[in-house]
Amino acid sequence: MRKLKEFIIEKLILVCGLASIFFVILIFLFLLKEGLALFGTVTPSQFLFGKSWYPISEPAQLGILPLILGSVLVTLGAALISIPIGVACAIYIAEVAPAKTKEILKASIELLAAIPSVVLGFIGMVTLVPLVKTVFRLPTGLTALSGSIMLAFMAMPTIVSIAEDALYSIPKTYKEGALALGATHWQAIWRVMLPAASSGILAAVMLGLGRVIGETMAVMMITGNAAVIPHSILQPVRTLTATIAAEMGEAVVGSEHYFALFAVGIVLFIISFAINVTADLFLHKKR
Amino acid sequence: MRRTIALIVAVLTVSSFAYASGGKNSIQIKGSDTMVNLGQAWAEKYMAANPGEFVAVTGGGSGTGLSSLISGTCDIAMSSRNIKEKEIALAKGKGVNPYEVKVALDGLAVVVNPKNPVSKLTTEQLAQIFTGRVVNWKELGGEDKKIVILSREVNSGTHVYFKEHILRKNDPNSKEEFAASALMLSSSQAIADEVAGNTAAVGYYGMGYISPKQKAILVAKDEKSEYEAPTIENVVNGKYPISRPLFLYTNGQPQGLVKKLVDFVLSREGQDIVLKTDFVPIAK
Repeated sequence: MRKLKEFIIEKLILVCGLASIFFVILIFLFLLKEGLALFGTVTPSQFLFGKSWYPISEPAQLGILPLILGSVLVTLGAALISIPIGVACAIYIAEVAPAKTKEILKASIELLAAIPSVVLGFIGMVTLVPLVKTVFRLPTGLTALSGSIMLAFMAMPTIVSIAEDALYSIPKTYKEGALALGATHWQAIWRVMLPAASSGILAAVMLGLGRVIGETMAVMMITGNAAVIPHSILQPVRTLTATIAAEMGEAVVGSEHYFALFAVGIVLFIISFAINVTADLFLHKKR
Repeated sequence: MRRTIALIVAVLTVSSFAYASGGKNSIQIKGSDTMVNLGQAWAEKYMAANPGEFVAVTGGGSGTGLSSLISGTCDIAMSSRNIKEKEIALAKGKGVNPYEVKVALDGLAVVVNPKNPVSKLTTEQLAQIFTGRVVNWKELGGEDKKIVILSREVNSGTHVYFKEHILRKNDPNSKEEFAASALMLSSSQAIADEVAGNTAAVGYYGMGYISPKQKAILVAKDEKSEYEAPTIENVVNGKYPISRPLFLYTNGQPQGLVKKLVDFVLSREGQDIVLKTDFVPIAK
């Protein structure tokens, strides 16, 4: 009887474990089925490298190069802001901060992760956008930079908590050895701890970026959504995610536009899949 | 304990029956964001006059409304543009017969910040601004500032109407597009807010949205015509050049409840509501 119970529970857990893989495969197949239908009328190179996105014109122009570059620009900007701050914050929490400060910091970072992105977008729209406009004397504050700053806030919790874990899991002997050899605290952190935790920190950065590139609501509200190829971070951009969110309601099921949005979804899926796999590789290298 | 459970089950059964029968008394209306307020005002009055019947109104854009009508998820689609050939073909394929009812007129206001010295433009100049051929306010007699173009997203009937009638000047073969640098905002309110805070911005929306925080541009058909303001009077007498009809689309000739609602909309009372929500009643 006991064995039977054990057996059933084991199999149940197995099914739960397999379910997530099953769902990922189903989602990917559905994306492929709907997205690939586009390439009957548009060639993949026209789609990926076309410079104009006018999906409802006759004939429709479905080039997503401006959208890809928009997403990349916003993500790079967010990375430049969130990585230094996030890693430095992780070092402070793991190594420098006294126990009480550490608890407060960790709790507030978790709180930051809990803010819904639409709220961040809204706050960005009323505070950050006018600020960017006046500081840089721009015609409009709805720019890639505003999006990058807001998304950096979203990537930070991921980066800080995973990087802090990586630093924490380094054997104590490393640090003690360095200090015993006469290194200062900072030298020990910079020369010993950081290199030892580097793969974990890289994984943290990658997962943070994965969150940024898939983010939709906040970027849709504050990046201006103009489908131009951006020449600077102070220009409006339109991201892949915002395009899908803004246009899916209009697209008639089965139309070219509808398939094109699914194809955009495939591109997005491939990008975030690549980022996650890279992060995973780094995490495994650590062990 | 058992009694409580029985009671709960009984209540649930009764309420689900009530809900199911309520389904037959309800109408789903969906579509144009421009018309949402109008649709809601109609629904409220209609429900007050016909207790027990239920009308639900949601926005999303004209395209969204029409595609819901085609896929059978709403009874009436509100649209601020005519249905497209392509949509009719798709609808026919699914056994839906879109039937058009013109219910009101709307003037499209072109708005700038009140601090902007430019106050009148021709439709030709508007086309040049929104296609990106004129890029500085200086060229239109304003300050030396880059023009920030604000447009609605592509799911907006207002976007489509503005493109076809101003950018393309009603020419079906024209290939004019909004400048790629145009900012696509997701609602008329977002355009109103950005114009209110940005002295270099220009945008467009239904004239119901005009407030003292934006300045409506006087528009002329061409240089020889008078420049007219977007007012109800000027839309009725046809002097204001950018006005458009607003439609309800139903599946086939309206019948039953849908007919009752459409008749109400076209009645004197329904058209009074049109006027109250800052649209223009259709001439009877």
